[in-house]
Amino acid sequence: MTRVIKYIFYDLLRTRFILLYTLFLLVSTFAMFQIDSDPGKVVLSLLNVVLMVVPLISVVFTTIHFFNSYEFIELMLAQPVNRRVIFFSEYISVATSLCGAYVAGIGIPSLLFGADSSVFTLLFTGVMLTLVFVALAFLSSVLTRDKAKAIGIALLFWFYFSLIYDGLLLWVVYTFCDYPLEKITLTLIAFNPVDLARIIMLLQLDISALMGYTGAFYKSFFGSHMGLLFSSSILLVWIALPLWLAMRIFSRKDL
Amino acid sequence: MISFRNVSKKFGKLQVLDSVTLDVYPSKSYALIGPNGSGKTTMIKSLLGLVVPTSGDIVFEEKSILTDWQYREKIGYMPQIGRYPENITIGQLVDMMRNIRPSQDKIDEELIDAFKLYKIYDKKMHSLSGGTRQKVSAALAFLFNPPVLILDEPTAGLDPVSVEIFKEKITAEKLKGKLMLITSHVLNDLDELTTDVVYIFEGRIQYHNSIEALKRETNEKRLGKAIATLIQQKELLDSITE
Amino acid sequence: MKSILIISGILLFASLNTMAASITIGPHQPIRSIRAGIATAAAGDTLWIEAGTYREGNMVLDKSLVLLGKGFPVLDGENKFEILTIKANGVVIKGLKFINTGVASMNDLAAVKAIGCANLRITDNRFENTFFGIYFANTSQSWIEGNQLQADAEAEHQIGNGIHMWKCSHITVNGNTIKGHRDGIYFEFVTNSLITRNHSEGNLRYGLHFMFSHNDEYRNNTFVNNGAGVAVMYSKGVKMIENVFEYNWGSAAYGLLLKDIRDSFVSSNTFRKNSVGIFMEGSSRIQFQENTFMNNGYAVRLQASCDDNVFERNNFLANTFDVVTNGTLVLNKINSNYWDKYEGYDLNKDSTGDIPYRPVSLYGMMVEQMPTAVLLWRSFLVYLMDRTEKAIPAITPENLKDELPSMRPYDIISQRQ
Repeated sequence: MTRVIKYIFYDLLRTRFILLYTLFLLVSTFAMFQIDSDPGKVVLSLLNVVLMVVPLISVVFTTIHFFNSYEFIELMLAQPVNRRVIFFSEYISVATSLCGAYVAGIGIPSLLFGADSSVFTLLFTGVMLTLVFVALAFLSSVLTRDKAKAIGIALLFWFYFSLIYDGLLLWVVYTFCDYPLEKITLTLIAFNPVDLARIIMLLQLDISALMGYTGAFYKSFFGSHMGLLFSSSILLVWIALPLWLAMRIFSRKDL
Repeated sequence: MISFRNVSKKFGKLQVLDSVTLDVYPSKSYALIGPNGSGKTTMIKSLLGLVVPTSGDIVFEEKSILTDWQYREKIGYMPQIGRYPENITIGQLVDMMRNIRPSQDKIDEELIDAFKLYKIYDKKMHSLSGGTRQKVSAALAFLFNPPVLILDEPTAGLDPVSVEIFKEKITAEKLKGKLMLITSHVLNDLDELTTDVVYIFEGRIQYHNSIEALKRETNEKRLGKAIATLIQQKELLDSITE
Repeated sequence: MKSILIISGILLFASLNTMAASITIGPHQPIRSIRAGIATAAAGDTLWIEAGTYREGNMVLDKSLVLLGKGFPVLDGENKFEILTIKANGVVIKGLKFINTGVASMNDLAAVKAIGCANLRITDNRFENTFFGIYFANTSQSWIEGNQLQADAEAEHQIGNGIHMWKCSHITVNGNTIKGHRDGIYFEFVTNSLITRNHSEGNLRYGLHFMFSHNDEYRNNTFVNNGAGVAVMYSKGVKMIENVFEYNWGSAAYGLLLKDIRDSFVSSNTFRKNSVGIFMEGSSRIQFQENTFMNNGYAVRLQASCDDNVFERNNFLANTFDVVTNGTLVLNKINSNYWDKYEGYDLNKDSTGDIPYRPVSLYGMMVEQMPTAVLLWRSFLVYLMDRTEKAIPAITPENLKDELPSMRPYDIISQRQ
């Protein structure tokens, strides 16, 4: 497995995209720290990057990479190599390089400019979102043989979780605003990794004060060990489930 | 020994293989022939596990391949269209394959030498011509000295000199007792290289016998003619039954 | 006639002065207890209290005395007693340290309590772990200056207010520091008084709690990190000038809560990092001028029950929401403020934006109406909605807008540092 991973890594690094992504994150984070001296506000601005850009880059890059390495996968499959090994090698390589780019791009400037604990939460949520969306992109890649279609499905995942789902959530909140909704919305948030990451991050930034009773409820929930365990495991489910599905499809896929 | 047992494959509504049953044995060389789209490549791909049969089973040395992958150590595969990671060099590709497939057997670099591939080891894959690609594919298929060789259209796109080198190699390997599965449109090539004929049409095996027997049956001296006669006979039979 | 009065006044004063005696109390003095000192002293005398600890239970000051501490003598209430009860006018208490009053749920035990007095001066004392610090009722013309009050209770019911005024008038509360009480400064039915240069920090409820108190002025105070900020309620004619409201952060905390306030004046204050800068309901005819709202969650929450208020020349900087309101009818004027979120232009170079600014965002409105919607904060959806609403206003109140938004923040002199 390590040998396969080595070659995928090698291939990934050669495209220079990962390097560009790291550079982009580095430059924008540096710029944000230059413009604003308050690290708390920089973290808030970076939150937008984490919630929008990281999932988008993750899905698009992963799908393109998968289809670009179709030859490699084909070649490997004619060799005495397990399909699962190939699949997980691909996932591990892509996820690690994207996470590495993210951690380096956001982490290094934050450390240089003096960061507080909220940066660690930001790094954690970003890494989790990368893992989730890489898994979703793999799922969309194995669902179809057509590259354009696969990118379409991947973008749909991104669009759904960043925008459409929130619209539905707002509709629920609007329709049932006369009822106590805290527990229901908490459950609904678990169904969207982006929302989950956003709420964890907002609570870390002590925005809960603005959120009234809802905020207090969420804070008490996510602040507890149980809540932390819950949100982390939900995110893990969000990684494992698409990955498992994708692997099942991949191991029966005709190439 | 490899046996296909009632292997069927559907791509959507298209029935590509229709309960194919076939046993092939070591020391023999099989010519897999049939018109375009008859299911030759699908058969090969399902043997390699690249395509998963809709029903039926494929057994490689007494073990089903459907859940196995280790049997591929014993197969050398030369695809019809060699598709490789585009931005690595030939040298890197060969290294990679040797790395991924640590074989106990002796490494066979005869074809790499014969095709003079080491001279262009630093060329990127995307810069190669179709013929050179074929040479790389051929060299890789033989590299690990496998007991089973599957060659999909091996001579397509090769220059006459290389074809001759390649044919010699195939004959030599055949003599070593290897099992060969070769598909080709160039029937005269197969004449020299193979011992048995498998004729596939519309996903079914229509005919399977040794070349000698085929030639005797059809009273033809050359494989090309013999096949043509065979097809004509078949069509005649079909028209009668209809 | 007037001159005779003045001369006789001077004579009277001089004669009193010559008559007044000075008594020293201390562990090494003939008079060792304050109680004995008070008993021997006559009205107008000065009691010098030397350093030491005095455990004498509750002491009643029923004559006009001057109590002066040397090196902060400690008056210990032993967690049982109220320490000083003033029942005479003209008492001066200076340089004492009060510790450990009793705690009671029925009586408001205080370190210094005065009921129905006038002309008191409580200056430069220290209070530690007192239930109530300074407690005045029905008292007038008095000064509370330069005191330091420190308590560290954990729950509201365990502690009283730092400076507690009830039914008083003409009081000056100046330069005190109050920490860790229930309310830092508590005013109820107090009129014509002045609260200046105080520092109220970390109190469990309000930094300043202000009710039914008309025509008062507070100026140059700092209110930091109090449980619920500052509450000013049911009053009129209040002037709030050059105060700083900071770090009042929590789901029910405000920089400044204005409830049923009329004809008042809020000017040159700084509101920084409060979850709500100003929350106002039922208030009218208040002038808000040259205040700076910085880094607040909500700068101003203006309930629909407010009218005729005017916001002019304020700076709104880096607040999450600038203004939110729960109604669509707008009866307040918002003009010529600086908004950092303003994206308009100034073609005619008159330093005022050419298109109006709408400080109320669609999302802000939504959160006012359904608080649960706040969980969508900072989502892409909200960003898009606000953008759209800015371009084509449909839901936000049509008239709630600043017609003359300033292109540059105002340079407010009192806030330069």
